Amino acid sequence: MCCGGLIIVSAPSPAAGERKIVATVLDRRLDPKAEPGLGLPRHDVEAVNRKADRELFAKRQPIYPKRAHGAFRTVKWIVMAATLAIYYALPWVRWHRGPDLPDQAVLLDMANNRFFFFFLEIWPQEFYYVTGLLVLAALALFLATALAGRVWCGYACPQTVWTDLMIAIEHFWQGDRNARMRLDKEPWGAAKIAKKGITHLSWMAVGLLTGGALVFYFRDAPTLARELTSGTAPTIAYLFLAIFAATTYLLGGIAREQVCIYMCPWPRIQGAMTDSHTLLVAYKGERGEPRGHAHKGTDGRVDWSNRGDCIDCKACVVVCPTGIDIRDGSQLECIQCALCVDACNDIMDKIARPRGLIGYDTIARSEADARGKHETIKPVRPRTLLYAGLFSLVGAIMLVAWSNRALLEVNVLPDRVPPFVTLSDGSVRNSYTVKILNKRHERRSFQISLRDLSGARLSILGASDAAMSEVTVATDELREVRLFITLPPGQLRALGSAAHAVTLVATDQGDGTQSARHTIFQMPTPKP
Amino acid sequence: MSDRRDIDQVTGAETTGHVWDDDIKELNKPLPRWWLLTFYACILWAVGYWIAYPAWPTLTGYTKGTLGYSQRQVVAREVAAASEAQGGLRAQIASLPLADILKNPDLSRFADAAGRAAFAENCAPCHGRGAQGASGYPNLRDDDWLWGGKPEDILQTLRYGIRSEHKQTRVSQMPRFGLDNLLDDKQIFDVAEYVLSISGGTIAKDAAARGALIFKEQCAVCHGDDGKGKLEQGAPNLTDQIWLYGNTIDAIVTSIRTGRGGVMPAWEGRLDPVTLKALAVYVHSLGGGQ
Repeated sequence: MCCGGLIIVSAPSPAAGERKIVATVLDRRLDPKAEPGLGLPRHDVEAVNRKADRELFAKRQPIYPKRAHGAFRTVKWIVMAATLAIYYALPWVRWHRGPDLPDQAVLLDMANNRFFFFFLEIWPQEFYYVTGLLVLAALALFLATALAGRVWCGYACPQTVWTDLMIAIEHFWQGDRNARMRLDKEPWGAAKIAKKGITHLSWMAVGLLTGGALVFYFRDAPTLARELTSGTAPTIAYLFLAIFAATTYLLGGIAREQVCIYMCPWPRIQGAMTDSHTLLVAYKGERGEPRGHAHKGTDGRVDWSNRGDCIDCKACVVVCPTGIDIRDGSQLECIQCALCVDACNDIMDKIARPRGLIGYDTIARSEADARGKHETIKPVRPRTLLYAGLFSLVGAIMLVAWSNRALLEVNVLPDRVPPFVTLSDGSVRNSYTVKILNKRHERRSFQISLRDLSGARLSILGASDAAMSEVTVATDELREVRLFITLPPGQLRALGSAAHAVTLVATDQGDGTQSARHTIFQMPTPKP
Repeated sequence: MSDRRDIDQVTGAETTGHVWDDDIKELNKPLPRWWLLTFYACILWAVGYWIAYPAWPTLTGYTKGTLGYSQRQVVAREVAAASEAQGGLRAQIASLPLADILKNPDLSRFADAAGRAAFAENCAPCHGRGAQGASGYPNLRDDDWLWGGKPEDILQTLRYGIRSEHKQTRVSQMPRFGLDNLLDDKQIFDVAEYVLSISGGTIAKDAAARGALIFKEQCAVCHGDDGKGKLEQGAPNLTDQIWLYGNTIDAIVTSIRTGRGGVMPAWEGRLDPVTLKALAVYVHSLGGGQ
């Protein structure tokens, strides 16, 4: 499945010296040269990425997608508007977190090592939450692919959305397919330069806006907007803006379907997620073939009895953004955007045949249809259950992990050189570096206490009173303190071992929350 | 290569013209144009680079390039920028007394970090990486100080050293009781036993009693009648558990016989005043500071 049904065998044919191609294509035309008939125009087009014409190395041929109209085109407009709106507007959404923290809802604050996402916030050492989210995203993609094929590719992938936007811009300045083809064939002149120039400038403007929106995710948006316009933003912001502006222009405006066909790994992988019960955009060959010109009989009606419904008008080919012929079957190049469904339904309405010659269907159903049987769509099957189950499992693990996320952490590092110091009265002291992580959005005070070592004295460097061991940690910060544990000679002899496990406990003075950390207290090996 | 281009009939592509094993030919597929253009662009870029940047060695140096770029200058600029960024803190450390530095969390944290780095570079060879000392080199983490453990005392020791060549050096000299025949071997043994006894060590009672008399006569003038030492003279406290040269009878006998005393260099002039203050803060923070 991974090659999307690309079955081309090019075999040498010494006698004729011609190229012989063996390919499985559903091409049973009544008369390849004939018009569709019924007063409908036949588009003068060959599918540039036609299955039979594909080579291992292909020079790019321009594709001029005609604008489709219909239900799926509408869905695509809506998805495009929604995803672009989210992308451009999200950095400007505010979310109050208290006076000492940024109020941007989604902020990847690299400078201060914090990721903010509405009510969620993670520290760098908690990056596994992001890993978990990516695993969830992958499983959701698997499930969606198993259910309805490349819905991600067809509707929501940024490459698809931005390419669609760039094509819409091209359409706005240069007109639809035929106008664009005419323009390309025209010799260069003022009008052509103006039209092409303004199209490319518009693409670059989209690129700049896209790159511009990206950097807002990494720094307070209103501040950065002021900095960008006044030329005082950090160099890295301009750099990433430029990179994303350039890649948006190149990938969305220029490269388009080449990204999907040659650069993206997902078309190669997704074949492993689909099966015969997956809904795919497909041409129903059994109903459509044999295709060909539709003749009106003497009664002014077409006799559909001995022929297929496909009148070979190629409306499905002209709207295709990747330049394929869907009637060749499931293909790697097909991003399943369903624009050919709209185009074909439009034609079916015009020739008064039922819609759905091209439509979402499963391979199992088509095969059943071919045998004259009926088969239902099966969204619930072992594969989808497995993906859904894995998704739920990982989701549950994430939820449990998040709900148990500690808002207070204590790390203790005992000094290793030297492990202990003998004081003048013979007592032994160990030194520790204690790090307290306050992940709450408020200032907190902690009392540090010691368990498991009776008679030992705890002191904190810089504390005016040796007995005082209260440490204040600012909002969402880490505080590092030096801590000493001193054990008098009497207790030393009582313990009688060279190392002793101890526990340091930080207790929140406000609500009594505790965090404990085990460490070690070392002393000279007792003399026998 | 023949003049006539050999075209492969199956693919329509040109071949290299060579035939292996009667019928195997290799297609002559040129590199993609974008690849070649990138390659040529890189060559042009390299030529531009030679002109703009330092590139070629010459007999006496190298071509400097028209932009005048130099990695050494970049480093110098970065170092200058870093010290400028530290400027405010360094200026404050230079002007404020140590007590005020220790009270200010930002300043003391900065001084502590600077002191830690300076310590590893300058002090660790004798005092150890963790300032734990060694025989003859004091442990700076404990609470026993020969010349005082207040921040200002530590700073003075750092600046002028101990028995150093500096005019204001801290200096004290334990007499060489044995080598200079001030005491005989038996007397030295007796005093050593007494010294051990006042710090709670094992005692030979008779010897210690004899040693006590000698101690009063010979040692108390510096170490005090009670043996607790005198800070202003750098005379160690002999009653505690901390021994610069060890607490065995042999180590003590050797000290009395030869009058041991180590040398700490004066760091003023070698290290800048801010680093010296930072070192004092760091050493004070190790736990033994008073």
